[in-house]
This record gives sequence, C-alpha cells and structure tokens, in this order.
Amino acid sequence: MSELIFEKSKHGCTGCSLTHLDVPQAEIDIPTRAGIGLPTLSEPEVVRHFTNLSRKNFALDIGFYPLGSCTMKYNPKVNEDMAALPGFAQLHPYQPDSSAQGALELLWELDRALCEITGMDRFTLQPAAGAHGELTGLFLIARYFQEKGQKRDIVLVPDSAHGTNPASAALAGCQVVVVRSDSRGGVDLEDLKAKLSDRVMALMLTNPNTLGLFDENILTIAELVHAVGGLLYYDGANLEGTCGYARPGDMGFDVVHVNLHKTFSTPHGGGGPGSGPVGVKEMLEPFLPVPVVTKKADGAFALDWERPQTIGMMRSFLGNFLVAVKAYTYILSLGGTGLRQMTADAVLNANYLLSLVKGTYELPYDRICKHEFVLSTHKFGQWGLKVTDVAKRLLDKGFHAPTIAFPLIVDGALMVEPTETESKGTLESFAKALLEIEEEARTHPELLKEAPRHTPVRRIDDVAANRSPVLRWK
Amino acid sequence: MNPTDRIYTKDHEWSKIEGNTARVGLTAYAQEHLGDIVFVDLPPVGKEVKQGELLLVVESVKAASDVYSPLSGKVVEVNEALASNPEKINQDAFGEGWVVVLEIADPGEAANLLSAADYDTLLASQH
Amino acid sequence: MRYFPLTPDDRVEMLGALGLSSTEDLFADIPAAIRIRQPFSIPALFEPEVVERLESLAAKNLNTKSTSSFLGGGIYRHYVPAAIKHLLMRAEFYTAYTPYQAEVSQGTLQAVFEYQTMICLLTGMEVANASMYDGATAVAEASLMARSITGRKRVLVAGSLHPQYRATLRTYLHLQGLELVEVPWDERGALDLSRVCAEEAACLIVQSPNFFGLVEEMSAAGQWIHAAGGIFVHAFAEAASLGLLPPSASFDADIACGEGQSLGMPPSYGGPGLGIFAAKEKYVRRMPGRLIGEALDADGQRAFTMVLATREQHIRREKATSNICSNQALCALNALIYLSLLGEEGFRQVAEQCYHKAHYLAERLQAVAGLKPTFAAPFFNEVAFTIPGSPQALNAYLLKHGILGGIALDRDYPGLANSWLVAATEMNSKEQIDALVARVAQWRGGLA
Repeated sequence: MSELIFEKSKHGCTGCSLTHLDVPQAEIDIPTRAGIGLPTLSEPEVVRHFTNLSRKNFALDIGFYPLGSCTMKYNPKVNEDMAALPGFAQLHPYQPDSSAQGALELLWELDRALCEITGMDRFTLQPAAGAHGELTGLFLIARYFQEKGQKRDIVLVPDSAHGTNPASAALAGCQVVVVRSDSRGGVDLEDLKAKLSDRVMALMLTNPNTLGLFDENILTIAELVHAVGGLLYYDGANLEGTCGYARPGDMGFDVVHVNLHKTFSTPHGGGGPGSGPVGVKEMLEPFLPVPVVTKKADGAFALDWERPQTIGMMRSFLGNFLVAVKAYTYILSLGGTGLRQMTADAVLNANYLLSLVKGTYELPYDRICKHEFVLSTHKFGQWGLKVTDVAKRLLDKGFHAPTIAFPLIVDGALMVEPTETESKGTLESFAKALLEIEEEARTHPELLKEAPRHTPVRRIDDVAANRSPVLRWK
Repeated sequence: MNPTDRIYTKDHEWSKIEGNTARVGLTAYAQEHLGDIVFVDLPPVGKEVKQGELLLVVESVKAASDVYSPLSGKVVEVNEALASNPEKINQDAFGEGWVVVLEIADPGEAANLLSAADYDTLLASQH
Repeated sequence: MRYFPLTPDDRVEMLGALGLSSTEDLFADIPAAIRIRQPFSIPALFEPEVVERLESLAAKNLNTKSTSSFLGGGIYRHYVPAAIKHLLMRAEFYTAYTPYQAEVSQGTLQAVFEYQTMICLLTGMEVANASMYDGATAVAEASLMARSITGRKRVLVAGSLHPQYRATLRTYLHLQGLELVEVPWDERGALDLSRVCAEEAACLIVQSPNFFGLVEEMSAAGQWIHAAGGIFVHAFAEAASLGLLPPSASFDADIACGEGQSLGMPPSYGGPGLGIFAAKEKYVRRMPGRLIGEALDADGQRAFTMVLATREQHIRREKATSNICSNQALCALNALIYLSLLGEEGFRQVAEQCYHKAHYLAERLQAVAGLKPTFAAPFFNEVAFTIPGSPQALNAYLLKHGILGGIALDRDYPGLANSWLVAATEMNSKEQIDALVARVAQWRGGLA
C-alpha cells in the first residue's frame, strides 16, 4: 500500500535541526499565517519513505530504457560530482563577475565546444529545456525579420515533428502550417514548395527526423527555404544521430537548439531539469538573450548586459548552470574522437537491433536508420491489441518500453532508441523479448492485455483518473 | 445503421431538427473512434457559431478532438450532465449523450448535410 | 571509452550482420559535401584530468559557502539537510525519464503528487503543477494563462516584480501582442495602484515580498483587480517567506507562482531552481505543465498517473496551453524532501530566523552614519539601504575583505542609484552580520 508522506505524519517529530537564533528577536510587523499543515516526521522515516518510493521506479541505472527521441544514455557519475563542487553549486548569480571567473570560463568553453560540434557561431545557455530553446530560437528569428522590416508569421512544421515544435510556434505568435512526409519518411519536397511563401518565417526540422531517418534532401530543403527568405530551425533532439558526422550548421540551419540532457548525458531526473542551449549563425548573434558571456582582451570573462538589439531574457540568470557543468564534463571526457565514436555506436546499435526484429515487426520506412527507428504495431490490431499492450508487456519482461504512439504518421508506433551505452547482449535480449511478445500476441493475447503483472502496480485506470481528477492529498 | 430522424456531417456529428432548433450530438461511430471520453469542453449558452466553425472540444485520455458546428446558429442549451458524466456520449451517443441545442440561423444550410442513408454509405466506404 | 560497452569485435560482428564493411557505411546517406571525416579538435581527457580541470575552474570562483554572503534577489542560501543529497542521488530517481510508463514510475509519480500537495499547502491554492523552469517563466506562463481565461491583452505588473522576471515577461508577451503596463511603487516602496487603470486588464501580477524585500498589502490589490474582472497573480521570489506570511489563497489570488530554489537547493549560480505554479481549481484546464493525479490500478490498488495531458504539447500541439515538456522534476523532488524533513515547525523556524536575522542586520546598518533604509514598508528577509556613495564601490571594498555584499539596484532601477539591497537567511550568523556592519562602517569612514 502506497502511503503518502502526509499519512505517515505524527505530532511531535522533526527531521531537521536548526541552530538557535543568535540575534535578538525582532517584533514581527508583517501579517503572519496560522499553520501550514506540513507533515512532521523524523529523519529516518523521511529517508525510508523516499528510499521506498525510489524502489518503485524503473531507471537507466537499472536497465534498458529505449525511449525514442529521448536519448536515455548512461549518466556518468563524475558529472554529478563536478556539478556538486561548492565552487559551482554555491555560486550566487549576483556575485561580481570577477569572483566567478571559473564559472564564466566554463560557460565560454562550452559555448566554443557546442559551436564546433554544431557548426554555429554563438550559443546562449539560458534556455532551460529543449522546448524553451525552440521558443528562444523563434523569438530570435522573429526579431531578425522585424529588424529587416519583413512581416512573416508562418512556421512550417513536418507532420513527423515533436509536439513542442507547433506548440512553441504558437507561443511565438505564429501560424503553424504542416508539411507532409514523403514515402521515404523525409520532407515531401513538392508539398514544401507549395507551402513556401514570403510569409514563411522558418521551417522547423529535426534531422535525423523522428523516424530516425536522415533527410538526404536537406541541402535542397535549405536552399528552398532560403530562396523565399525564410530561415531553418534545427530541433536538436536527435543530434545524437549525426554528431561528429555532419553538423546542422553545414546543412544550412540558421538556428539550432541542443538538448544537454539528451546528447550530452545529463540526467533526466524524472522529467528535468534539462538544458536547451541555442546556437545561431552570425547574423542572429546581436539578438541573443542577455546576459552573454564575453572574453575580454586581457583574458578575463564578463557578462555583457548592454546589447541593444537583444530579445531580452528567456528566464532568470544564466539558465540551468549546473546542467551545463555536467555537459561540459562529458564533452571533455569524450573529446572529438569520443563524440564520433558515441554516434557511431549509437547508430550501429540502432541498426543492429532493428535487424533483429525487422520482419516480425513492420518497418514502415525500410532504410538504414540513424540513432533510432520506428516500428508499426498495426498488425497487433487483428488480435485485439494496441501498441500500449506491447509496451506494458515489455515492462513485465524487465525493460522500459520505447516511446509509443509517436510519431503520429505511423500507426501504433514503437519508437526505439538504444543509445551507445548499451551492450550487444542487452540489445539481443531486448530483441528476444520483442519477438516473444509478438508470438504471445498471436497465441496468448491475454498476456499482453493483462500486462503488466510484475510491476509495483498493475495497469492503471487512466479513464477514471481523468474523469474526476484528484490532484492533491486532502 | 444510423437513426433516420436526423442529418449528419462528414465529421460524424448528428443534428436533429426540432422546429427552429437543432439538437446536436456525436455519432456512435465518432464515440467509438474517440474511445472513453473523459471531458467535454462545452460552449457557453448564447455563443454564436457558423456552420463548420469550432463548436466544442471532446477529450479522451490521450486525444482532444475539435467538434465543428453542423449548422450556423446560437447555442441555446448545453447538456450540463456531460460536465460530470462525459461517458454519456459513449453510452448513448444518439440519446442522452447529445451535446448542445442550436437555434438555427439559416434553415437552408441543412441541405449541406447528409441523410442517414448517405452517412451509412460514407461509413461503409471508410472501412 | 569507458562509457561504451561495444568491443571492437562486437562492432565488426554487428556490421557484418548488417552486411556492411565499415561504420562509415551507416552514414552513407549524408551528402558528401557536408560529411565530416575528421573528429572535432576537442581533446579527450582521462577521468583524473577531467576532475582536475573542473576542480581548477571551480577553484577560481568565490563561493558563498566559504565566505559570508548577503546576496538575495531571488536566490537565497538556506541550510540544506544532509539527507537530501543522499535521496536525490538515488539513481532510481535521477536516472529516470518523465513518467510516461506509470506502472514503473510510481516513485516519481507519487513524489510529484506529494509535491503538488505541498505546494497547495504552502500557497493555500487548490491545484499545483509538477513544476516550471523557474520563477521568471512561471510568471510569464501565469500572464498567458490569464490572457487565456479572460481573453484580454493588458498585463499589469508591479515595477517591484523581480527585474529579470519582468524582462522575461516582456520577451514572452512581445510577440503575442500583449501590452505590458508597469505599476509604480509609492514612497514607502509599496504597490501604488492609484496611477493605473484596472479596466480590460487580463491580470495584475504582484510580487510579495517584492524585489525590495517589502511585504505588499495583497488583499487590497486582489480586490482592486477582481472588481475589474481580472486575474490576480501572486508572485514570489523567496519561497521561504511562505513559512511566515499568509498564503496566496488568503488574499484570493487566482494564481500563485514563483521561485522555489530556497526549498533545499543550493544557489547554483542561478539554476537549476524550481518554478512553482499553483491556481484555483476552476482554472485547471487552462494551466500549463504536467499534472499528476491519484488513480487505481487493475487490482484496485492506489496508484498515480499523469492526468489532463490533453492540455499539453505532445497531444494538443499548437493548441496546447504551453510548450513546456521537460520541467524541473528533480528540483520538485528536492523541495518535497526538504519540506518533509523540515516539517511544520522547521519550515516556520527557517522563515522566522530569516526575518529576525534580516531585521537585526537592518537595525545595525541603520546605526551606521549616512545609511538609511530606502523604503519604509515592512520587509521579510531583504532590505534596501540608500548609502552615501556607490554600491558597486562598497561591494568591491567588501569583496576585498571576503564578503559578498548586496545587490546594486541601479542597473535595473536607474532611479535608485545609491540603493543597495541586502538579504539575510538563517545561514548568516550574528558574527557575520556584525563583521559586515563593521566593514560598511569602515568604508563609510573612509569616505568622510
């Protein structure tokens, strides 16, 4: 039974010890509140509560976590140690630049490294996540056209795009127009041409796309978009697929965001914090959010707040700084050769795993994939089963499920991303599980329908939970 | 077979003309396709809509679907029961699961809608 | 490379199984013109070298733990109980993804449900989401939510809202065609509603305690905006204040949002922190962000799952209430564990100690000739002083003596040229405060 921390609370306990007040008590001249209702427990009880909660999670350090487009790779332990150094974790954002030279140098060096990796000219590390990066990028592009005196309000988004792309475009005040995918899973060039006009501000593209396929027409696409004066935005969720083999900057992208919590190994933390630095080509640099880290002639670093053309701020301070520390640690650990090997292994793992299940599972776009691939579970319908049933059965077999029901253009999609930090043996056991499940679906569909059985809780009644939502304990 | 006492849109809504008003709902096909409905975002009474414009949104756990108005008119009644029991649409799409009553602005628009027989044919062609 | 399990033999074998002869064949679909053949120039370091490099960078910074700091402005140094890092560093928490597969994510899901409840308790609000990026973006999202509720396009915001939150608001609202109107403060530093008009306003956003540390008269502000049909947003940049001050619901706030870094997180050079967001239940479908709800599993056991996801980008795409996907989940867990350890008494004590330390600091500073409080309104744990000279010069003097002084307000408020904002928390000992005051007096003496 999962008791809540509030239900374990009892009077007379505390889990902390504060030092005595060593100054005289002042008269309290502000309005004050009565009780809050926080639980009261001793430290061992709190520790046991959360330790037991943690045991109800599947996690990367426990097993294979092949969530497509999420890049669930191993999170190196040294990254965590480095981010916890008091010289980083105990810095205050308002302390003078002169007293934070090491932090500013780190941000500067990470900027340089990301520029080399992506082929861009300058980065901002302020965006707190990928979607936040998208919004930043679109604001930058909008400001660019505003400066040029051009009125553009359409953002093109492929039908295979992440949901954040259209959501960010709408937040940026733009109209979203969807571009179809062609029979090879790439952008349909004819449809793109039909939708290009001088109202188009940008095309947002993930390459490799959410099918895990590299769009071979990327140079043509860039040419077409640039020809009508629009810009190209790169959603870096899938940077893992080409890092070290091709750079978005060389493909013709004008603005990119990268997800430090995907490609650069920082942990997902059950949903965050992430970090979504945005890189731009030179013509967009004046618009970057403030503050921008600069290196002065004498080698000292400083924060530049005086940038007249800036779009402003995207959030407070310098972004999720400690996430940047972890990513920088990772980049130094891998170096140029390691980054290339990272991608090579990620792509090899994906293709190898694909080869083990292809045939049994339908592959709508049969090409060499990059770091991930998408299968269709369409045929499970004949046994009365859905992709969710396949996913839940995988949980019973000790694996996390792939991303399901996305991208939308594939019926019953299973989107699998193994990453480079999995062994050949793990891939083979996962493939075996997928093949077993297909057989079970044919012979004992109830095994899938009734899954999961071996998890902390069984299949959850989402319908009831959504019809009358209970969002807090009372 | 869909009830013959009403007319249909290609987007799977039915309208039952009752004098100068029309009772509007989703078809059995629509509710089956949507799955368990968990929420209906009802429009306010008094809202004026044009034929084909967004009327309301119905939600299942993992989808939100726009419902477009089959006719132009003013919303004069909404099915308040759906606020606490959205499953009525799943249980009785052609009856207790109705969504709104519209005061019809242009009776001529009804001609743009499908008869039950035409709607049956449409469904057959989609299988 | 130690993070990659494939052996050279594995690679050969796997390529062979694919009918390929080289890794390069996997990238044959990349046009030759843009294909990179050489690794980047970034050198690869061995782990001891990486550690040495990072430690040397860290050593170049003056950190608030090894010195005495009176910096606040939305980021505060509070005591973080030792148990927190041990629990947060459980790999089951920090190496998990967003809880998409609920059956194997009950730890995260229950924790977020408990977090949502904690935030409801702190603010008195009815619903809270699973977190936003930070205080600034939480406020920006609140203004968009108010627009969505009211259909209005004028956003009234206190000039005493954190300058970086206002800057973020400006960036967010600009392209939405929303008008941002700043509400001035009076000579006491408190919100002055007499010079703005509430008509047609989507919302009024008031920070309390405000950026100057002052506690606002929130009930009056709430009534004022509600009378005109607008949404009342309570913003905060110091979550510890919620331990002492009346909760947001007590003055009828519709949305309560702000920064939660104070709830057990280190200053971290400004991030990651925690964006807190709570609202009245009737507005829940207009809320941004993830929500966790209680549920039952197939055996009728209590369980937790993501609910009302149709508001979110992965389902609603361009019609979503927000584009947020990754949030600050681990920071929300951090806050939850912090509040669980401190409990009712402990959290109240932190808030009271902040109050008393800051008031002791203020009293001592007032005794220094030439220094006087910039504002007269009551404050919580942060207070602005008008000083005889440049705050930057004072800060530089203090830094020379190993003290991180206060915030010079002139960059954000040119009208407050000689104003210097100092904060105190339970971490500032009497000794530290006395030492600061002595140095300020010395500096003042040197000016004369």
